[in-house]
Amino acid sequence: MAKILLHGTEAICEGAIRNGCRAFFGYPITPQNEVPEYMSVKMPQVGGVFVQAESEVAAINMVYGAAGAGIRAMTSSSSPGVSLKQEGISYIACARIPCVIVNIMRAGPGLGGILPAQGDYFQATKGGGHGDYRLIVLSPSSAQEACDFTYRAFDLADRYRVPVMLLADGMIGQLMEPVELPPMRDLRDIPEKDWATSGHYGKDRRVLNSLLIDPEVLEPHVNALKRTYDEIAANECVAESMLTEDAEIVLTAYGTVARICKSAVQALRKQGVKAGWVRPVTLFPFPAETYAKVAAQKSVKVFLDVELSLGQMVEDVRLSVNGRKPVRFYGRTGGNITDEREIVQEALQALASVKEEQ
Amino acid sequence: MKTFTKTKMLTDAPMHYCPGCTHGIVHRLVAESIEELGLQEKCIGIAPVGCAVFAYDYFNCDMQEAAHGRAPAVATGIKRCLPDRLVFVYQGDGDLASIGMAETVHAAARGENITIIFINNSIYGMTGGQMAPTTLIGQKATTCQKGRDPSVNGYPIRVCELLATLDAPYYIERVATHDVKHVLAAKRAIKKALQFQAEGRGYSFVEVLVSCPTNWHMAPVDALRFMGEECTKTFPLGVYRDKSEGKI
Repeated sequence: MAKILLHGTEAICEGAIRNGCRAFFGYPITPQNEVPEYMSVKMPQVGGVFVQAESEVAAINMVYGAAGAGIRAMTSSSSPGVSLKQEGISYIACARIPCVIVNIMRAGPGLGGILPAQGDYFQATKGGGHGDYRLIVLSPSSAQEACDFTYRAFDLADRYRVPVMLLADGMIGQLMEPVELPPMRDLRDIPEKDWATSGHYGKDRRVLNSLLIDPEVLEPHVNALKRTYDEIAANECVAESMLTEDAEIVLTAYGTVARICKSAVQALRKQGVKAGWVRPVTLFPFPAETYAKVAAQKSVKVFLDVELSLGQMVEDVRLSVNGRKPVRFYGRTGGNITDEREIVQEALQALASVKEEQ
Repeated sequence: MKTFTKTKMLTDAPMHYCPGCTHGIVHRLVAESIEELGLQEKCIGIAPVGCAVFAYDYFNCDMQEAAHGRAPAVATGIKRCLPDRLVFVYQGDGDLASIGMAETVHAAARGENITIIFINNSIYGMTGGQMAPTTLIGQKATTCQKGRDPSVNGYPIRVCELLATLDAPYYIERVATHDVKHVLAAKRAIKKALQFQAEGRGYSFVEVLVSCPTNWHMAPVDALRFMGEECTKTFPLGVYRDKSEGKI
C-alpha cells in the first residue's frame, strides 16, 4: 500500500479506527485538538460514536461506559487534561476495562506551556492515579509508529484487560510524515468479551465495579492485577538498539528525542567516538534487560539519558543499569527541544568525565 | 388468588439500607417498572457513589459502578454505543447535584436518551450525615451543626427546576415516598420515564424524595412526616417537563 502524508494526530486516529475503535470521547486542549476534530468527522463515517464531552473527567468516564459495554473506545488529551482523567483511569484499571488513552505531552507543571515535553513519564508509567495499578505505555517516535502503536494498543488492551496509554511528546502532535496505513480490521475478528455489560439478565448478569470493600476480596483482586502486570512485563517489553556492540557511550531516549539522539550517535561516530543508542518502545513494561545487557558489555563506559524533562525515565535507566556503569542525564524543559549539537556536546563531556574518574 | 411477590428484576441479596430508609422502595419501583415493560433482558444500570453504591448487588441486570458523580457520563458512553438497550442511572443528591453537577447538566443538555433516577434525601448518608447540596435551610448536618445557614452555606439546589431551563430534556418530574399514595405516583413517574426512553424520546429524569431517619435523627414515621411536610416545601412535587403532553 502506498504511503500517504499524515499529521501525527491523524495517524493516531487512523491506527485506532483501523483496529476497531468505534467510540471516541474527547475535550479540546492544545496540542491534540486535531484528534477530536478528525474523530468527529471519521467516527460517523465508520458507524462509530463521537461525543465532545463537557470535560476530560466526563470523557474518560464515557470511555468507562462504552468500553465496559464491550466497544473499543479511546480518549485523547494533553498533560493537564490527562491529570484530570487520572481518577477515571484508576477506576478503569481496577474494573479491568480495556481502552486506549492518548497523551500528547506538553510542558508542565500546572498549565505549563503548549510546546512539546516529556514531563508525564512518572504519571504514565508509575500508575498516575490512586492505588496500585499500571498501564501499558507505548512511546511512538514517528507518525508511522503513532499509527502502528495505536493500532496495537487496542489488541494489548483487550488481551490483558488493561488500559493502554499512547504517550507521545508534543512533536507527534505537530509533525507530518509519510505513513503506510494498516488495512481496516474486520470487527468480526475481534474476540468476544464475555465480561462486557452489554445487557444481560438474571444469572447471566455482569457487573463492572471497582469497589471491593472486603479486604479479603480486594487483596486477591490487586494480586491478580499484579500477576497480569508481571505477565505483560514478561511478554511485551520492546526496545530498539543500534551500534551498541563496541560502544563506549550509549545514548538513550524515548519518543521523538530518541530520533534526535540517533542523529547525535551518527555525528559522534563521524568524529571517531564509539557511540551507541538504546530506545525503549514500551515505557511500561520498561525493557530493563536490554539496558542490563548493554551495561554488562566491557566497552561501555557511560550512558547518557536525554529527555525533555528534569529527569524521569533516567530513574528506570539507572535501576536497569543497576550501578554497573555511570548514567548521566541531559534534559530540556519549558517546551524547549534539544538538538543534535547539544547532545553531541553532552556526550563528549560525559565520556570525558568518566575517563577522568578512571 | 393474587400473591404479593418480589420482582425478578431484584436479586435475593439482602439490602444494606438503614431501617426506615426508602431507598429500598425506590429500588423496587425501578425494578418492577423495568420488568413490567419487559425490558429486563436489554437493561444496563449505573450505580453511584453514596448510599446506593451497592445497587449493583440488587438490580438483577448488567450493572456498572461509576466514579462519584460520573454516572451520566458512563451512561452516555454505553447508550451512544448500544442505543437499543435500556440504560438507567441511579444517583443520590451529593453524587448528582454536587460533585456530578457538570455531568448531570451536560447529559441533560445533550438530551441523552437515558433515564436518571435522582434520590434526594437532603443529606450525605453513606459518609455519616454531612450537608448536601439539597440540605434544607435550617436543617442540621454534621458539617452545619446549628442548621444550614444561607449566609455561610448557601441555598439548596432544585435540580428539576434547573434542568427544566434546558431545551433537550423530554420528561422531568419530582415525586416523593412518604405515603402509599405518593409511592404509587412515584412508580407511575418512573415507569413513564423508562417507557419514554424505550420509545427513543430522549432524556428522562425523576427526582424522588427519600427519607434518612438515621442522619435526620428521627424515628422512621417522623422522617416520613418530615419529608411530606417540610421537604416538599423546598422541593415542590410535580411535572416540570413532559413533552408528550406539550408541557415545556
